[in-house]
Amino acid sequence: MTEANVAASADERVKQQSNLQKALIRPELGGMCGTIIVFALFLIFAGDSGMFSAQGMMNWSTVSAQFMIIAVGACLLMIAGEFDLSVGSMIGFSGMMIAIFTVTLEWPVWQAILATFVMALAIGALNGYIVVRTGLPSFIVTLAFLFILRGFTIYLPQIIERKTIIGGVDRAAEGDWFASLFGGKILTGFFAWMGDAGIIDVFERGSRAGQPVVEGIPMLIVWAIALVIVGHIILTRTQFGNWIFAAGGDAQAARYVGVPVNRVKILMFMFTAFCATVFATCQVMEFGSAGADRGLLKEFEAIIAVVIGGALLTGGYGSVIGAALGALIFGVVQQGLFFAGVESSLFRVFLGVILLFAVILNTYIRRIITGER
Amino acid sequence: MRSTLKSLLLAAAVIAAPLAGAQVASAEGEKYILVSHAPDSDSWWNTIKNGIALAGDQMGVDVEYRNPPTGDLADMARIIEQAAASGPNGIITTLSDPDVLSGPIKDAVASGIDVIIMNSGTPDQAREVGALMYVGQPEYDAGHAAGLRAKGDGVTSFLCVNHYISSPSSTERCKGFADGLGVELGDQMIDSGQDPAEIKNRVLAYLNANPDTDAVLTLGPTSADPTLLALDENGMAGDIYFGTFDLGENIVEGIKSGVINWGIDQQPFLQAYLPVVVLTNYHRYGVLPGNNINSGPGFVTKDGLTLVEKFAGEYR
Repeated sequence: MTEANVAASADERVKQQSNLQKALIRPELGGMCGTIIVFALFLIFAGDSGMFSAQGMMNWSTVSAQFMIIAVGACLLMIAGEFDLSVGSMIGFSGMMIAIFTVTLEWPVWQAILATFVMALAIGALNGYIVVRTGLPSFIVTLAFLFILRGFTIYLPQIIERKTIIGGVDRAAEGDWFASLFGGKILTGFFAWMGDAGIIDVFERGSRAGQPVVEGIPMLIVWAIALVIVGHIILTRTQFGNWIFAAGGDAQAARYVGVPVNRVKILMFMFTAFCATVFATCQVMEFGSAGADRGLLKEFEAIIAVVIGGALLTGGYGSVIGAALGALIFGVVQQGLFFAGVESSLFRVFLGVILLFAVILNTYIRRIITGER
Repeated sequence: MRSTLKSLLLAAAVIAAPLAGAQVASAEGEKYILVSHAPDSDSWWNTIKNGIALAGDQMGVDVEYRNPPTGDLADMARIIEQAAASGPNGIITTLSDPDVLSGPIKDAVASGIDVIIMNSGTPDQAREVGALMYVGQPEYDAGHAAGLRAKGDGVTSFLCVNHYISSPSSTERCKGFADGLGVELGDQMIDSGQDPAEIKNRVLAYLNANPDTDAVLTLGPTSADPTLLALDENGMAGDIYFGTFDLGENIVEGIKSGVINWGIDQQPFLQAYLPVVVLTNYHRYGVLPGNNINSGPGFVTKDGLTLVEKFAGEYR
């Protein structure tokens, strides 16, 4: 250390912060606190209700993973300063498209899934294109698509199959390696061993007697974790991540310094559509059918998870890890209330309270970080 | 930082309060969970809630009611998985889409939980998922019976107001009615949505376009109440043949005033009450009825409305 360096590091213009403060004060601090509080509460009040048995853990993990998948897309889009209200309808639409391609048109499943992804990305791009071209609020444009896509989701199976739920996708998908990327389960051998060793419960009767109650980790959870990691790396470690922040923070200023704001926004709309389609594909492969009412209100669930995770509705600030924690809190609370035996109609009251507290806490944390008043 | 801590503690306290209250409610008896497919907005299921609550009181067992808030069946599958994980003695659930629900139900049965299927699904599907029995009203048969009755009264064309078009069972009712009449369903079924004003206006629009329609069939209070208003508005009330599934306060009023010819009561009270009684006796004494229980169809007409009226919307 030379004299000059010491002088520079002790610059009176730079606020002193201890390392602990630096480590703690992050956008996802609110989400972390919330996660700890929620888990502590449910351990106390629902610890012996089966919530933390293998089956119970798989249950709230799966629900959280569902929220996570759409929350990652919604989070990056929201940081880029835009909104997508068509996520829920996109889930219903994509699932229905896969079912129509495989069951009605009898395409191979991998082809149906790929075609659906292409369609979804195109619709996402169209959403983004309309927003950047017209300058309309994305709130309005995607609200229009919420109705357009939901309408097609109900209309198409009605005219093609005379019904609103198309089943039989699981039979078509048997043996298709690409379909198992969405509907399969991993680590089945490990879970079978755990069942044999008595670490987790096994089925007591029927054709599956002796098999573990949890067969393996569903690909849904793998997708969720992968999307969170990829989203986090893109946002915090790449130039493109900085562009996302810039586009949402101050689009005009970002344009002046050469950030391709329009391209960033359109790409983020496409990514949101991609996440919705991943969600839909996993759902269709798991349940073997697509229904016209799938994904209702899921866009708000995604937005809630993102907001609990500390992102700003106005863009330019947020974190993917925070959104993932928000999704975890959401999932654990939703399923945990059932385990705790709370009257289920109170769920929304909880959700409202948690949302309010999360936003207040996140605002406080953000003020510490950014120094805004 | 102090205020952060304070708000965290406050949040914890607010969230914990109802949880603490919930712990007191657990009794000594067996525990049964009823899972429905109905969205929160569907008032018809109130009768089901009252039915299980009464059965729970009378039998001295714990009962819980759960449903997916938006009526999304994939969410319902998760709720069944969750119910199984919390280790009840029995699960009573609807089977409105076997594709989605049979997996979670079979898993519950395999892990030693006894299941009774109520309300939607068919006796065959109930047997397939390994349930003890089916308690309900087979939808197609009920629609068919209603169609035969209407045919006897001289009906040849109708409008089916379907407010829950994404559920296959509601479409079965319209199809059964059409087959009972011996006509094609074709475009006589409309997707009315769940919003009362929209239902009313769609019925008005249809009857404007097709003034020769003989009959209206609604599938529950959700579509019947706005349809009553629509018929009042265009002057067809009392003139057009009007049948409906399920009962509610306005429907009972309609039957009384002669606007509605009949209501089909599938007696939801029995669908909720009987499974709890059957399961409790099965778990306590090992006795089980040897067949499925048909809770309906029962035609409710002007005669014998007194009790129905008294308990409309509560137990009927």
